[in-house]
Amino acid sequence: MNASDATPRPAPPPQAAPGPPSPGTGPTAADAPALEMRGITKRYPGVVANDHIDLDVRHGEIHALLGENGAGKTTLMNVLYGLAQPDEGQILLDGQPVRIASPADAIRRGISMVHQHFMLVPVFSVAENIVLGEETMANPVFLDLPEAERRIRALSEGFGFDLDPEAKVGQLSVGQQQRVEILKALYRDARLLVLDEPTAVLTPQETEEIFVLLKRLAAGGHSIIFISHKLYEVLEIADRITVIRRGKVVGHRVPAETDEDDLAELMVGREVQLTVDRGTSHPGEPTLEVRGLRVKDDRGSEVVRGVDFEIRAGEILGLAGVAGNGQDEMVEALVGLRSPTAGTVTLGGRDITRHNVRSINEAGVGYVPADRHRFGLVLPFPVSDNLVLTDYYRRPYARGIVQDEAAIDHACEVCIEDYDIRTPSADVPTRTLSGGNQQKVVVAREFRRDLQLLVLDQPTRGLDVGSIEFIHKQVIAKRDAGTAVLLVSAELDEILEMSDRIAVMYRGQLVAVLDGRTADKNQVGLLMATGGHAAGPAASSGAVA
Amino acid sequence: MSRVDSALRRAWELLAIPVLAIFLAFLVGAVVIVLSSGLVGKGFDLGLPLTAYAALIQGSLLTPTGIVETFVQATPLLLAGLGVGLGFKAGLFNIGAQGQFLLGAVGAIWVGTVFEGAPAVVAISAALLAGMVVGGAVGFVPGLLKATSGAHEVVTTIMMNYIALAALSWLVTGPLKLPGSPQPVTASVTSAALPILVGRDGHLGILIGLVAVPLLWFLLYRTTRGFEIRTVGANPDAARYAGMRPRLVTVVVMTLSGLLAGLAGAGNVLGLNHQMTATFSTTVGFDSITVALLGRSNPWGILPAALLFGAMRAGAGLMQIQAGVPAELVDFVQAVILLFLVANSVLRRLFRLRGVTAELGTTETLSRSYGSEGVH
Repeated sequence: MNASDATPRPAPPPQAAPGPPSPGTGPTAADAPALEMRGITKRYPGVVANDHIDLDVRHGEIHALLGENGAGKTTLMNVLYGLAQPDEGQILLDGQPVRIASPADAIRRGISMVHQHFMLVPVFSVAENIVLGEETMANPVFLDLPEAERRIRALSEGFGFDLDPEAKVGQLSVGQQQRVEILKALYRDARLLVLDEPTAVLTPQETEEIFVLLKRLAAGGHSIIFISHKLYEVLEIADRITVIRRGKVVGHRVPAETDEDDLAELMVGREVQLTVDRGTSHPGEPTLEVRGLRVKDDRGSEVVRGVDFEIRAGEILGLAGVAGNGQDEMVEALVGLRSPTAGTVTLGGRDITRHNVRSINEAGVGYVPADRHRFGLVLPFPVSDNLVLTDYYRRPYARGIVQDEAAIDHACEVCIEDYDIRTPSADVPTRTLSGGNQQKVVVAREFRRDLQLLVLDQPTRGLDVGSIEFIHKQVIAKRDAGTAVLLVSAELDEILEMSDRIAVMYRGQLVAVLDGRTADKNQVGLLMATGGHAAGPAASSGAVA
Repeated sequence: MSRVDSALRRAWELLAIPVLAIFLAFLVGAVVIVLSSGLVGKGFDLGLPLTAYAALIQGSLLTPTGIVETFVQATPLLLAGLGVGLGFKAGLFNIGAQGQFLLGAVGAIWVGTVFEGAPAVVAISAALLAGMVVGGAVGFVPGLLKATSGAHEVVTTIMMNYIALAALSWLVTGPLKLPGSPQPVTASVTSAALPILVGRDGHLGILIGLVAVPLLWFLLYRTTRGFEIRTVGANPDAARYAGMRPRLVTVVVMTLSGLLAGLAGAGNVLGLNHQMTATFSTTVGFDSITVALLGRSNPWGILPAALLFGAMRAGAGLMQIQAGVPAELVDFVQAVILLFLVANSVLRRLFRLRGVTAELGTTETLSRSYGSEGVH
């Protein structure tokens, strides 16, 4: 679409003819798949990221691409989006072989990608964000924003997006922002949408809403590639599923003829235990007691507003909540990274309020931070350095100020063995490990000590099912050894599966504490979204300011 | 076999950028030599670069005098470069080596004159210590400012350089001026003068520089303190998470960095000049930044980098005499090396270097030094 094209376009009718008509091109009939990737091979030094991958996506189909981290999904999508050129293989759009040279080229051909991390300007309106880079001009100097808004409103209403083009993006909820991203793609005439882990940041309710929307788009003739590791979601939304493992297609499925266990086995290559066998817990005396805790964020506003709770030895307390309700700040206050403004934190009867990070660590608190790249690891450092990052200064790793290389090497060998860290050696930069193995480095470091309290913030975010299974087992083992565990997760299923008790955090307060074995997913989801004050979904849509 | 392969690969990854930068800089230098020979009206002399570079090598590496001179010239670059490199390792860009060098030199001369007549061991130790203390103090101030107020060390160390210049001028024309002298010079030290170990002016400072290399390497790579320094440099958030104290590390590293630059100044002036003048002129402090970058902030890399620059300075005179190429060409080549190092992405694209990484903590420090502090 160029700047002079200001003619209004009606919202596509739900039964739009699939694919652009390309007259007189032989076999290119409407029955050709929207996208066909044939024998795509992409090699990087030392690794074949894609090994003769075939993928075909029909018109009006939601096609799920399932695979563990490092299986080659991202590479394949980079090839499709023009970010990488395949070494072998062919891409056909509507039966026509094409070479996609760049993302701009891909967009021109009607391919759009919605990334996990939104590319939006918060202070711009919805319409401004959508037209960015594709502005409708009233004349060579001025934007024709009203015209753009009119078109966006028409598109938005045509598909039921429920978005106000004049609203500022910074004031929208995460789910609404994602819809802006999708609308942006549609505004650019995308016929094929690639959604990379679209539900990772959403609440269960928002997930439901986006699924309805995606199905409506597919019914309108759009093709959608849906990338995820969440098996139940894939089963719910996909028309067909392609599973890849280690750069190869290992199977195709349709949801009606498969289940989660089958998909997991296909994806991982062995039988996987999807739900943790958490056994029975035997909670003892309270280990952690938090009373009247108040914490401010970096901008000085109070985001933890008087929180009381306790965790017993041998018990897992799950903390559920939509991101940004004060969980991060509370966790930082517990481990000493942030100083609370009021309240007390007691560990095993000892007051540790406002103690520094090291003294809390030495008191027997292990901490797996949410952002492992920012806090948990020094990525350019070798694996061995990261395995001793929090206790490098102690015996046996150091005598005085001199590090004992032999002791460090020995500890690393044990960790790599015990925690199944897949790495060529302890000397390679941690950056080169896969996400799951990086997280295992953090887990190994924090779990191998005797702990009173274990604080886990999003311990399995972005990991593949194999790594999740492993980490969950380790957490249960730690619990059974008598450690009190605080599990903070945006993954409601993880909270429900693992926790003995579930606390729901809403706007800096704990609004409910539920029994983990009887809690209902919808009930918890609703508490997360509304705090339990205002019932009904009307309040939930504006919950995140 | 594969072990040898991977060792070679590793060596290439480490050395590719510096080696290419040096090679290309000399190539650019050769072009400039040819062009300038044409401009002075003798026609373009294509053989002149070879003559010039041959003289450069002969004057620095092929005679005993040249070799000693190479080490003499390299020593201050080495010590100050170790200081700047230490800063880089902690994510700090110490541009203040120049001021730390100058005031370290003045401090050494002052204490040296106070100890005039004392046994050499005492006088030398006191003077060198003074140089380190003064240089360390000049580095401490920007470190403290950064730790307490977040004031960026690039800005504050540049300002400290001006303060150092003014202080030098005041001290040498005022309190430290040699009484009765018509020029603004200090008294000469004799007891605190560093002994000559080899050749005409191969003084004790050379030995100090060479000893500092393994010491710094040990500090950085074999002690818990070095681990803290490198962690703070590579990821200050992770350092905080691990219970380290990034602010304290900042202050300590800036002080140590200044201390090394101050020692460089003290060694140089006690070994060569034996007195300070108000117009004492040097570019060691700034050149040491290039040395640290070329050596990728690793002590064992800084040593050859300093020796290279020392050799270029040692041979520049002979090059001027034998080839008629101005000695300043050496500064030009040095500057081009710096350009290639800082813009190393150009080299990487030009030569399609894959997997070759610029040393972290060096280029990252450079690129985040302006305004991006605290942004993640």
